[in-house]
Amino acid sequence: MLWRLQTLVIKELQALLRNRQGRLLLIVPVVLQVALFPFAATLEVKNNTLAVLNEDGGSVSRELIHRFSQARAFSHVMPVSSGKDLERAIERQEALIAIRFPPDFSRDAAAGRPAKAQAILDGRRSNSGQIALGYVRRILLALEEERAASRGRAPVSEIMVRHWFNPNLDFVRHIVPSLVAILTTISTLVVTALSVAREREQGTFDQLLVSPLTPGMIIVGKTIPALIVATVQGTIVVAAGVLFYKIPFQGSLPLLYGCMLLFILSLSGLGLLLSSICSTQQQAFLAAFSFAMPAILLSGFPSPIENMPQWLQALDWFNPLRHFIVVVKGTFIKDAPLAALLPNIYPMAVISVITMSAANWIFGKRLG
Amino acid sequence: MRSILSFRRLLALCRKETLQIFRDPSSNIIAFALPVVMLFIFGYGINLDSSALRIGLVLEDSGPEARNFAETLHGSPFLRVSTSREREPMADALTAGTIRGFVVIPSDFSDRLKRPGETAPLLVVTDGAEPNTANFVENYVRASWDVWQRHRAAERGEPPRPGLQIEPRYWFNPSAESRNYLVPGSITLIMTVIGALLTSLVIAREWERGTMEALLASPMSLPELLLSKFIPYYALGIISLFLCVAVAVFMLGVPFRGSLVMLWLAGSLFLGCALGLGLLLSTVTRNQFNAAMAALNAAFLPAVILSGFIYEIRSMPAIVQGITYLVPARYFVTAMQTIFQAGDLWPVLSKSMAFLLAASGVFIALTSLKTRRRMD
Repeated sequence: MLWRLQTLVIKELQALLRNRQGRLLLIVPVVLQVALFPFAATLEVKNNTLAVLNEDGGSVSRELIHRFSQARAFSHVMPVSSGKDLERAIERQEALIAIRFPPDFSRDAAAGRPAKAQAILDGRRSNSGQIALGYVRRILLALEEERAASRGRAPVSEIMVRHWFNPNLDFVRHIVPSLVAILTTISTLVVTALSVAREREQGTFDQLLVSPLTPGMIIVGKTIPALIVATVQGTIVVAAGVLFYKIPFQGSLPLLYGCMLLFILSLSGLGLLLSSICSTQQQAFLAAFSFAMPAILLSGFPSPIENMPQWLQALDWFNPLRHFIVVVKGTFIKDAPLAALLPNIYPMAVISVITMSAANWIFGKRLG
Repeated sequence: MRSILSFRRLLALCRKETLQIFRDPSSNIIAFALPVVMLFIFGYGINLDSSALRIGLVLEDSGPEARNFAETLHGSPFLRVSTSREREPMADALTAGTIRGFVVIPSDFSDRLKRPGETAPLLVVTDGAEPNTANFVENYVRASWDVWQRHRAAERGEPPRPGLQIEPRYWFNPSAESRNYLVPGSITLIMTVIGALLTSLVIAREWERGTMEALLASPMSLPELLLSKFIPYYALGIISLFLCVAVAVFMLGVPFRGSLVMLWLAGSLFLGCALGLGLLLSTVTRNQFNAAMAALNAAFLPAVILSGFIYEIRSMPAIVQGITYLVPARYFVTAMQTIFQAGDLWPVLSKSMAFLLAASGVFIALTSLKTRRRMD
């Protein structure tokens, strides 16, 4: 029986790796994404342009402009000479943020009155704008405290910020663990969803059904190749993260791989389910895509889950990716103990049982 | 001599292609159902403006000043605060990911505030595993802290703090809602799916099944063949585009300030690129699985990460920024965000459209070159 299963697995792997183009398309995209994604997919604000209209000319505004140009967020400070130019800089996206210092800014500051500057931000990029504004506010605050200190007045209170697990808020530490989950999602779904549809389209599915393999064995035989492909891809990402991006692996590798297995099982069941409903590869691929897209977007990777409306958060419980990302981040960068991750592990087990038994039921029906 | 372009033949071919689209439920789902689902996801599911961040508050000091600050923090509309006396449970919650940060009010907070000349520190700990959220946690706590200091200074008749202030105004999007630019940007993804992914699958299937060779052997010319693939999917894409805009404006309430003509023009040019790329990939791979994987990687992923619709292009390393100039989606994202939020700003739009026009030309030329070679 094991031997039968083995031949089925070998056959499935051959179908995937038979030609060069197919092999390349399983590896090259992974390497490409691991090389590109962490650099590109950042919500950080750096090397941006800040336009400034200085109607004041006093010492305080001059000092502030100097400090803006020193900040990592703004590699370029663009002086403009009129309100119209200031507006145009934002309109044409030449600058992310434009600041106007009114004529009496420095005088107000010197007299201890509130000195108010205005900022115009590009609403087409309001997230970056909010972050840039945060930097500007901190620069203003730092200068104010220094000025008070030079007059012998200590600030009443101060805030010390510590970013745990990622002291410099490096986006790479957020992206690489997420990428482990995203890439395994895509490959598991595509490999399983297309496997049955391909056989059906080429007419070999009937041959498989009349062979002495039981539905359970067909499912196992189609799951193992996906498991191999997805685990290899996941391992490539983890290794690249540790070796290339220098993210120290903090937690337990066995815990990560155990959960990865569970995660791939939950998606394989789903992929096989989709595959058995679809009659062509085109349908199967599009079905897999139609699931993977929303699953990735609602995984908490692009934006936090708690920002979603309640009903969507509840629905998202059935999204295995959402749980797996927490586990990968937990093991990779947080050294989270098993107990802390259990609330995310048991949903994956529940989803695996549901999808696998549904696939088994449908395959059995096709046989009978 | 047969003519290069016969209107009757082209019409017949387009009809065949259209029938094929409507016969397959999956292409209908991709063209009409998926766009609506994706728009709703971008409208509701993806929200970069954290509005209910769960944070913890560790009250090691129970003096009146500490309670006063705690009240201000509770009053923030952006934070949902749970309180504890110890750091331990908050640290565990942060590791498990159930809170995004916590504030510690140290035991000597009130005492230090009483003594003049001394500074009372507050500690803010965030979950660095979510860097964008960590930034927001810090900014929101700082905002509450500002409010608290202002009230405190006013009560004691001290000079107002902070003395240096900045008043922000968000142009085109006064309430700074990420939905208003994410939804227009996401239309780029939908057009990419229809233009590149769906088209590459369908045509690769024709090669795989050998019906493409049958078509090539028929009396049709190369322009007719390409146009017959192009026109029906172009029509599908444009219908879907207007459907997307209708859903975005009427159901999601995203403002639309430009003109429909400009939208149609930009949409047509981008569809030209996406369809051209889809045709090219399917002609090169001639295999459904490979065509789909190639389209996913050459068209879809760049549209997600390199188009600037979520991720800021200016923050990328110079080499990656260089690559984005070659990604058609980048120009369409700029065009869509501008048409939706700012209106028909010709200086911005003309540049984007010129590139899209050039790129569609390149893809279509490459496809006809590749197809012709196959015919020989």
